[in-house]
This record gives sequence, structure tokens and C-alpha cells, in this order.
Amino acid sequence: MTPTESSGTPLIEARGLTKRFPGVVANDRVDLVVHPGEILGLLGENGAGKSTLVKMIFGIYQPDEGQIFLRGEEMTADGPGQAIARGIGMVHQHFQLVPPLTVAENIVLGAETTRGGFLNRRAAEDEVRELSQRFGLIVEPSDVVEDLPVGIQQRVEILKALYRGAELLILDEPTAVLTPQETDELLGIMRDLASSGVGIIFITHKLREVLAVTDRVTVLRRGKSVGSVDTADATTESLAELMVGRSVVLQVEKSAREPGEVVLAVDGLQVRDDRRQMSVDGATLQVRSGEIVGVAGVEGNGQRELVEAITGIRSIVGGSVTIGDHRVAGHPRRVRDLGVAYIPEDRERDGLVGNYSIADNMVLTDYHRPPFANTGIRRFDAVDANATELVERFDVRTPSIETTVGSLSGGNKQKVIVARELSHDNKLVVASQPTRGVDVGSIEFIHEQLIASRDEGDAVLLVSAELDEIFSLSDRIAVIYEGEIVAMLDPETTTREEVGLLMAGGGESDGESNGQVAGLGADGAAVD
Amino acid sequence: MERLAWRQVLLPVLAVVLGLVSGGLLIFVSGDNPLTAYGGMLEGAFGDTDAVGRTLEKATPLVMGGLAVAFAFKAGLFNIGGQGQLLLGASFSAWVGFRFGLPAPIHIPLALLVGGIVASGLGALAGLLKATRGTHEVISTIMLNFVAANLTDWLVSRDGPWNDPDGGALARSPLIQDSAVLPKVGGLPTGFLVAVAAAVVIWWLVSRSTLGFEVLTVGANPKAATYAGISVTRITVLAMGISAFLAGLGGAIQTLGVNERFEPGFNTGLGFDGITIALLARTNALAVIPAAVLIGAMDAGSTLMQARTDVAPEIISVIQAFVLFFVAAPSVVRWIVRLRTGDDDRAIDLGAGWGAA
Repeated sequence: MTPTESSGTPLIEARGLTKRFPGVVANDRVDLVVHPGEILGLLGENGAGKSTLVKMIFGIYQPDEGQIFLRGEEMTADGPGQAIARGIGMVHQHFQLVPPLTVAENIVLGAETTRGGFLNRRAAEDEVRELSQRFGLIVEPSDVVEDLPVGIQQRVEILKALYRGAELLILDEPTAVLTPQETDELLGIMRDLASSGVGIIFITHKLREVLAVTDRVTVLRRGKSVGSVDTADATTESLAELMVGRSVVLQVEKSAREPGEVVLAVDGLQVRDDRRQMSVDGATLQVRSGEIVGVAGVEGNGQRELVEAITGIRSIVGGSVTIGDHRVAGHPRRVRDLGVAYIPEDRERDGLVGNYSIADNMVLTDYHRPPFANTGIRRFDAVDANATELVERFDVRTPSIETTVGSLSGGNKQKVIVARELSHDNKLVVASQPTRGVDVGSIEFIHEQLIASRDEGDAVLLVSAELDEIFSLSDRIAVIYEGEIVAMLDPETTTREEVGLLMAGGGESDGESNGQVAGLGADGAAVD
Repeated sequence: MERLAWRQVLLPVLAVVLGLVSGGLLIFVSGDNPLTAYGGMLEGAFGDTDAVGRTLEKATPLVMGGLAVAFAFKAGLFNIGGQGQLLLGASFSAWVGFRFGLPAPIHIPLALLVGGIVASGLGALAGLLKATRGTHEVISTIMLNFVAANLTDWLVSRDGPWNDPDGGALARSPLIQDSAVLPKVGGLPTGFLVAVAAAVVIWWLVSRSTLGFEVLTVGANPKAATYAGISVTRITVLAMGISAFLAGLGGAIQTLGVNERFEPGFNTGLGFDGITIALLARTNALAVIPAAVLIGAMDAGSTLMQARTDVAPEIISVIQAFVLFFVAAPSVVRWIVRLRTGDDDRAIDLGAGWGAA
């Protein structure tokens, strides 16, 4: 798949790039090469310097040392504007779209065809339609972006870059926000783009994706390039070892355990989502002490609302949630006081205050009780001691406990939450997408912690869009579809295919009622 | 950490300096000597004990108004109703002052408290509307300003219950009793000390108490606050209530210490100056004190400045506007003095809260 690898000028070549920030060398003499039509995987743990590297290539940062050559010519881009003009496009992890504008408007924004000072909407839509067909990225130009699922929004981002003539596309953790189906489609799109000559730098944590789609892989560890290998010669284990610097246990060790009494009982639960739709409708589920129940499902089938109802954040419309012998009735603090830990799906939105220090975030749910406060007065020595201990015990990589959480990498942010939630004496642990966007080393650690909670006799409810995670951790698998638990399965006797089928509507032929699945049919043709 | 503190002081100080320089240019263009004018202002504001007393007297309600805005801001709320809250505080403290005869150690605190508490009700109402009905506090507090202004107008009008019988046609309350008057100690107003104490209490509350942590968390990330078990409704109501209490207390201090009765329309605009002060202080409760003294000194010194030169008194407002402009636009200040952008410099985003229902 790399016809031009040894011959011809590389599309982009970075030599000896070094970038220092106060107190840290983010990139230390890093080399990188991408040829036209090649997909390069850029692997590394959080904080390894992947983002810094691509930001230099995209012109957001200037390297302190080293050179970047674009088609053999030295490039001195001082800003993304120049990089874009020279054919480099970047799709950021957090989309840079204007939600109320249409697909076409978003794509042409800043490079519009105008007529008498007004946007020529017809011309823009035609251009976008032509572009989307040429690259096989099917979108409807007149759709409003905020109504589109995440996977389609990402296509709009990619089209935006292509519209500006990108020949090198940088994708910064593009799969972190996608469902398994959307991910498969994106990987297909990447292959198509590469075969039309576009070079791609693909940043990800997920080894399976790297092996599936890339031609070569460059691995960064602590700012240094520790190797570039042909994907054909790589295995999951070899890549993981390169990334982490030691061999990694990808299969979770888990002993058999006899579950105890029922801790969480959800019975005929009904909950509305933010748009007032009944997104949990008659869900029934039990989790016993000492077992992990994994909830598998395509995102948007009521998982978020289920979890928020259990933790008291969202009000219950019908049915009941019982923890121990207490009926939950929408009061997050009372639920916590029952011994419930909650790792939320959206850590930056729900689980952390970005501009607070690690120390304050570590007591976000306990700031008001001894030893962290006495009669309404905060005790900072106890707060700091707690943070120092947890940072050590949960291996949070940070310069200090005073560092603001917002400046930590995704994996370390998640470790702060895991440390806070699992350091309590819990009865029930609710973990929603606990390893999303988290590097391999941290995933291993977080999995171990969840297993440890189970072994201590906690009931664990795990919600995940990653089937691998569901299968490797769960003692029982609950499949959620359109707000109902449609199956309870034993991971020993079921298959990924069976779970996948149930997630998509259980073999009944009406895929239509589920927007996510229907809109993202395997060939993308369902859209439009 | 020391470097960080220094940077946080640097920008407001530069904003003040640039404001004064811009004002100086204006004075120069209008044909006067800026140095003479500023010399007069300085002497009028700090020249002797009387001048200092005048400055502190002017600064006192500004401290309270600044604290009110700054505290609400910590909870992510923009209390623009300081004017109405101040009028309620002033009128109700005046009522306690003239209506009851009590010994001074009881009378003064009682009058101050009643003023603050009545005003806090007005703020809490705006908070409740925000938390339960989603009414933006900027809109509701502006509207409530009119309610408060007209209510207090009526209370002391000829037909109102608190009209001064000796005032003839004047709409005003009777003078408060001597036992309710905030005394001056050596020419310096004790009301200023009350304001300083309030600033210290608010600073402590925000940085040391669990309530402060709750307020800051709701301001920084309401979703995370809910997740942590904090009731966003309770904190929104409470924060608006405390903020309005501070503004009302400012009105009460002004009444008991300076005016000694309630007259409608006194100190119009005082509530809005609080916004200037809070911004200049970057919403830090302790920094509100010097910020208020600065603005108070400009007001107090303007008379002597006029006497020395032909500068119009309005020029003071223009200088204050310049200062506010430079505080609100830190990037302009950085551009002028070629200061490098610091990551530690957290901008105060007045747009925050809009649209975030």
C-alpha cells in the first residue's frame, strides 16, 4: 500500500523537531515522514507530545529547533492560515463548526463565493455536493449541522479541509467521539482518501484502528520518537509495548466470584431526555454485590439518561430505582451518601471543574464533610494531603497538586475522577465510558481499579460503547436498545456478533426507528 | 505564585495609568495643564484629613456596590440591579432610623441589617426567577430597578406613609434620629470601616468556606456542581441574595452616615459604578477596596480640580470611562505596552451566562 514510500519526495518531512514549554520538553528531536497516499498512525500515551507535534506541522506552534519540509521545500508557517494555504488540513478533536449553520455554509465559511456581498448559497451547495461525491463523503449540504450525529459532523470537518485543497490531512483522535459503526465508516473513508492521493496523519490511542488502517506507525513516548514501523510488521502487543515502554496486559485478569445480594434494582424505569423524549422507557436491571454488569448499546439509546436517573441527577418519570433499601428520588447528594460512586460519561462537562486545581477536584464531592471541612470552614491541609496521597496512589502524572485539571491530558483527567470516586467506601460504582479518549496505559489501570472494586464486593454498573471493554470486564452483559434492556447475556456464552445485532435492534427488520444506526448504514448510502 | 499575583495587579494598574494619561491628553487639548488639574485632584482627594474623609465617604458605597457585583460574578451571575437594591436598603434603613427610638449600639446595626435584608429579598427574587424559570438575571434585575425606584419614590411622596411632615412639597423622609447616625471618628467615616469589614468577610467566604466553594463551582461549571450534589437553585438564590444584601447595606451606610434621611434619586448611578469597581478589582473582594478608593478619590478631588483649572467636572467621568475601557479590553493594554500574553491572565468574560440557560 505504499508505492511511493522509498521513491519520490515525501509530502511532509519533519526533521529533529524540538519544542519546549516552561518546565517540559514536549517534543525532543522528533522525525516524521508522510508520503502522498500514505496513512501514518501517530501513537502515544496522553502527554507523549502527539498534539504538540501536529500543531507544529499545522503552524499553530513554532518549533524551537528542527525543520519541516513540505514537498521538499522548507516550510516556515507562522499560523494555521499559511499551513492551510499550502494544503495542510486538520480535523480537531473538538469540532470547529458553527452549529446553527448548514453543512454547506460551514464548509465554505471563510472562503465563500459571494455575489454582491451575499453568500451564493446555490453555488456553495453545488460545490459541496460535487466535493462530497468525489471523495465519497456523503452529506446533505442543506442540513443544519447541530441536527446531525457526531459521525456526520466529522465528515463535514473533513470536507472543510478538502474544500481548502488539503493534500495532507491531520486527524486528531477522530474516533474518540464515534460509535463502533461510525468508526468503521471513518476508517473506510480514510482508505478512500489515501487512494486518491491524500496523505493522512492519524492520531489515536486505539491499537486495533492503527492496525486496521495505517501503512506505517510512528510512536512517541515522553516527547521522543521511539520508533517508526511498517504496520504490516506490527502487532497489538508490540505497539503497546513501544508506547508504554513495558509490556502491557491487554487482557484483564479477573477471578471468578460469586455475586452477593442485589445492590441496585432498576424496575420499569422511565426517564425523559433533554428534548423531553422518553429515552429510557421501561428498563429493568439488577446489579448484585461483587459483579460487573456491562451495559452495551449504540450511543443515544438511553444510556446517559439511565445513568443520570440512577445517580439522582435526572428526575424519574415512571418505575423505580432502588439502591440497597432506599428509593432514589432525584437528589444527587443523597444518592452519593448511600455509597454510590459515579464516573460520568462526559468528564469535562460533569466530572471536573477545569479551572480548579487537582486538589479541589479531588474533593469535588466531599468538600463539605470532615476532614475536608468543619462547620462550613474548609480545611486546606486535609484537602492537600488527600490530593498528594491520591495522585501517588492512582498515578496521576502532574507537576503538582495545584495544577489546574484543565491543563492535564485526557487520561490524567480521568485518573483524577477515578481516584476521587473509587477511593471511597462504595457499595455501588456507576462507570460510564470510563476509558473514552484515554491512553492504553491508563485504560489498563482504570480496568484494574474497576475489577478491584468488584473484588471488594462493590456492585459495578459499566456503560460502554466499546464492545472490547464490555466483554473483558463484565460478569453479565445487558444490551440496551431504545431505552429498554432487551437482553441479559453471559459473556462466556455470547458472541460480539450477537451483542452487535441486539444493539442494532435485535434482528427485527425495522432499523429505521433508530436514527444512529439507520443514518449510518455501512455504505453511508442511507443518508441523503 | 508570586509572579502570578504580580501579573494580576499589573493589568488594572496599567489600565488606571493609561486612563489618566488619556484624560490628561484630553485636558491638554481643551487648553489646560494636565499636571495642574491632576495636582488639584490629588490635593482635593488626599490633601488633608477632611479631604481623606470626603474620599472615603465617596468610596464607601462604591466598595459595597463593587462587592455586590463581584460576589454575584463568582456564581456566574451578573447583578445589574445594584441601583434598586441600594434604594431599598437606603429607604428601609431610613425608616428604622426615624421611626424607632433605640440606644445607638442597637439602633445602628438594626437599621443597617434591615436595609440589607430587605434589599436581599429583591436580589433573591431575581435569583429564584433565574433558577426556576430561566429568566436571565440581567433582564430581571434591570426591571426590578424600576420597581424599587418607584416603590421608594412613593413611600416618601406626599401621599406616602414615610413622608416628612416638615418637608412641605418635598418628597423625602424625616431625618433619622441621632441614635441611628453613623458617627465620624476623627473626621473619618465609620461607614468605611463597615465596608472594609464586609469586603474581608466576603473574601473569607469565597476563599475559605464551603459555601464559597459551592458558589465558585456553580459559577465555573453548573453541571459539575449538580454532579457533586450542590443544588444550583439554592446557590443561585443565595448568591443573588447575598449580592443584593451588600448593595442594600451600601445604601444603608450612605443613609445613616451621610444623607441622614431618604430622598428619592439620591446618588443615581451608584449601583452601576459597582460594575466598574468590580471589573477594576477583577472581582477580588479585597481588591474592591483600592478600586473604590480610586474612583472615590476622583469624585472627591474633582471640585478642587475645577477650582484650579477650567476643566469641566464631566472630564472625571470621561477618565473613569477610559479606565473602564482599558480594564475591559486587556488586549488593548497589552498592545500599547507590548506586554506578552500570559496564560495566567484569566479574562473576565462579561458575555458568560448569556444563552447558557
